[in-house]
Amino acid sequence: MQLKDTIRESQAFLSRTIVAGFLVLIAVALLSWRMMQLQIINHEHFTTLSQENRVKVLPLPPTRGLIYDRKGVLLAQNRPAYSLEITPEQVDDVDQTLNDLSSIIAIGEEDLERFWQLRKRKRRFDSVPIRVNLSPDEAAQFAVHRHRFPGVDIKTQLLRHYPHDVKTTHVLGYVGRVSQRDMEQIDVSNYAGTSHIGKNGVEKTYESALHGEVGLEQVEVNATGRRVRTLAQTPPKPGVDLHLHLDIALQEVAMRAFGEHNGAAVAINPKNGGILAFVSQPGYDPNLFVEGISSKRYAELQQNDNRPLYNRALRGQYPPGSTVKPFVGLAGLERRIINYDTSVYCPGFYQLPGNTHRYRDWKKTGHGPMDLNASIVQSCDVFFYKLAHDLGVDQLNEYLAHFGFGSRTGIDLTGESAGLLPSRDWKRRARRQPWYPGETLIMGIGQGYYLSTPLQLAAATAAIANNGTFYTPRVVDYLRSRDSGEINPIPPRVHTIPIEQQQNWDDVRDAMVDVVEGPRGTAKRIRTEQYRIAGKTGTAQVFTVAQDEEYDEDAIDKKLRDHALFVAYAPIEDPQIAIAIIVENGGHGSSVAAPIAREIMDAYLLPDDDT
Amino acid sequence: MSYSPRQLGDLTPSNPNRRQGLLAVFHIDLPLLAGLLLLCGYGLIILYSASGENLDQLERQAIRLTLAFVVMLAVAQINPITLWRWSPWLYIVGLAMLVAVLVFGEIGKGAQRWLDLGFIRFQPSEMVKLAVPLMIAWYLAEARLPPNWRRLTMAAIMIIVPVLLIAKQPDLGTALLVASAGVFVLFLAGISWRLIGGLFVAGAAAAPVVWYLMRDYQRQRVLTFLDPENDPLGAGYHIIQSKIAIGSGGLYGKGWLNGTQSQLDFLPERHTDFIFAVLSEEFGLVGVLVLLALYLFIIGRGLYIATRAQDTFTRLLAGALTLVFFVYLFVNTGMVTGLLPVVGVPLPLVSYGGTSLVTLMAGFGMLMSIHTHRRLLPT
Repeated sequence: MQLKDTIRESQAFLSRTIVAGFLVLIAVALLSWRMMQLQIINHEHFTTLSQENRVKVLPLPPTRGLIYDRKGVLLAQNRPAYSLEITPEQVDDVDQTLNDLSSIIAIGEEDLERFWQLRKRKRRFDSVPIRVNLSPDEAAQFAVHRHRFPGVDIKTQLLRHYPHDVKTTHVLGYVGRVSQRDMEQIDVSNYAGTSHIGKNGVEKTYESALHGEVGLEQVEVNATGRRVRTLAQTPPKPGVDLHLHLDIALQEVAMRAFGEHNGAAVAINPKNGGILAFVSQPGYDPNLFVEGISSKRYAELQQNDNRPLYNRALRGQYPPGSTVKPFVGLAGLERRIINYDTSVYCPGFYQLPGNTHRYRDWKKTGHGPMDLNASIVQSCDVFFYKLAHDLGVDQLNEYLAHFGFGSRTGIDLTGESAGLLPSRDWKRRARRQPWYPGETLIMGIGQGYYLSTPLQLAAATAAIANNGTFYTPRVVDYLRSRDSGEINPIPPRVHTIPIEQQQNWDDVRDAMVDVVEGPRGTAKRIRTEQYRIAGKTGTAQVFTVAQDEEYDEDAIDKKLRDHALFVAYAPIEDPQIAIAIIVENGGHGSSVAAPIAREIMDAYLLPDDDT
Repeated sequence: MSYSPRQLGDLTPSNPNRRQGLLAVFHIDLPLLAGLLLLCGYGLIILYSASGENLDQLERQAIRLTLAFVVMLAVAQINPITLWRWSPWLYIVGLAMLVAVLVFGEIGKGAQRWLDLGFIRFQPSEMVKLAVPLMIAWYLAEARLPPNWRRLTMAAIMIIVPVLLIAKQPDLGTALLVASAGVFVLFLAGISWRLIGGLFVAGAAAAPVVWYLMRDYQRQRVLTFLDPENDPLGAGYHIIQSKIAIGSGGLYGKGWLNGTQSQLDFLPERHTDFIFAVLSEEFGLVGVLVLLALYLFIIGRGLYIATRAQDTFTRLLAGALTLVFFVYLFVNTGMVTGLLPVVGVPLPLVSYGGTSLVTLMAGFGMLMSIHTHRRLLPT
């Protein structure tokens, strides 16, 4: 009985065990099917995912091209700079971390402001700089405490630096952090590893050459994103170096010559349009913008009465005043309105026929009988009132346009102003008014609506010096590849002003020489025995004196005083340099502007004192 | 009918007809031992890679394995009758310690599992893993099988009480293993299929109640299991990365030490609960099938021993212990492959860690004991 039971129980148990074994096999089959599904059927899908996990493509930013002056002096370089960066994703409490950090390393309000601004633009796993330009001491100080700050790290990057700071600002411009607006205009993938981009000046115009091409690096990373090894690499193509026509020594001379005055000076090589000096006073330190200027300091620059941010040489639009007289005179000769001997009596004013309004000469007593030469040398207004009247606005506009007035020169800098060469058409369009004959008169002496930039004046002067060959001004001479040493010159752009009669040009240039060399010349004080200068002074009114009042320099506010202008070239036999100077509120061109031009020309034409 | 331990004891001298060798002297079952050694050796190879070639960890695991084998051999020397005699006492002590753990226990990783006895830190739930099948087998073997309703109810209570105590720690994985150990004894004891069907229906009906009783993190695990992509960087991260590791391994794997998911830390807990994914990534489907074959061999041997066991108690015990071993395997691999929710159950004998190792090997010691302490049946 007991045995029977035991056998029966044993058989029942056996059948249950077989069922259990069967269930085990089913479960293992299920598991195997699952493994097939993952490892065979979806193998490729998961392989892709695992590749995406481990392989990251990192950009290798190219090194930005350097900028040299004509003599090979370095104007823009890349310096290694330490910055302290926070990766928000890896930090639990950013505020707390910032607080703790400030006990180790000085963090200013400006730094915080920049940090929060940049953070908005970056992704969570991008690092955001909290301090830039750490000193080696500060970097060491942080390194000691680094373990306390996960997600905070010191990064080394090459940062643009302008060793000649304020002297080069208005030509070179500067680079700044790539902004949202920049992003819309560039090939974002090429800038994947680049933090800075040219914001203005040469840095902006030649951005694509200076920047180079981004390289790529495939790295294997682990789960925390730390790189394990490099899988493949395409090296970046460094940016191309720029060699400028600019002469930094000359630039320095010109700036110093301005002293406390505001204004602009542009010096051009008439033979190729190369910009030798390009000054807008006052300037500012471009290095501030590289690191990201604080809004407070930016506001200071912006609200400064002297407007240091304003590029006067490129954008400043001033009435050219008497500096246009050689051009107007040449128009009269070439259009056969006058000839070299034509004489006009100057009583100190001019009246249009049938009108009582007196257009005054700067010399109240009048110059007496005046021919073209004398009118240029002594800057007689009445002669040019009559000449302008006889030429008429249309011919005047057409001829002056040859010299580039009223349109952008096309210089390789961005943001250039076109100035304004008035015409009937322009006035109808802009002012919805007809052209009045009186407006032609004051246009003839470079006043009224007529506006030009210092750059335009210098380019036009260079064209006169160069006998009608007008070169588009150029800051950059050539590009030079750092890898291959290959040189790519910037091809000159040139147009020729038609010459009716060579003698007319010679006569006008002679008159400009007499401005400096003649006994009654308005710029005779800058005459030198060492080389011969041709020039023309000018004064541009800022403040209009009423018909029956007199302009009294001492009585009016400095800000309303006339601007002093001077254009010149030298040496006259073989012009090497053409210059336009404007000194804001400087009074007469002869007293302030001409000496600056002389200093620049001395520095450029005379051998160095030291050598 | 029932029998007394004395009766059983009288019937079990060592069998004089059996081959007298070292194996027999030390009560070793050679196929089972070979299977276990192969599995553990394979496991160490995988662990070396999963630990990031950490020789320290490898050494510690080897020491633990050695210790566990020693425990197995020691248990194998214990006569099944002694086990039978100890069963109720082990159960009562285990239950008492589970209560103690809830009152005085140490908290680690948000759960209260450890009991510090001064000289040793101890997880009573591990002991209960063995005590429950021993107790249920002991209880059911007292009477004729299949058990009647009264015994069935008692047995159910004996299972549910420790399971609830462990679940309260909370340790869902162990609770599951303990419950399955008890249930397997019931199953092998021949409870009717209708009852099994009824229990399934009841279980499904109880699901909402269980949901209500679960802790937040447990609920989260279930939700994550249902839709891991829902929280790819949080709770779903484990399972997503694990599936990537397995799937990218393909048929032949990326090669030993070459798994990118494993070696670059994308796979979390790769040397403990997720070591199966390391194997799958580096050795591919082929490596996985080898592992499964080893497990199946051990399970097959276990079930064979159960069928050859000569009394109800040892039969039920051997069958249940073997099937629990399979539950380990299935719950772990199911979790790692995304078939089951994340439950903290290690891959038996392969995952790094010592706690479950000793319990498992003690279980295999019992199997060896059952198989080698055979008596001649009166014919």
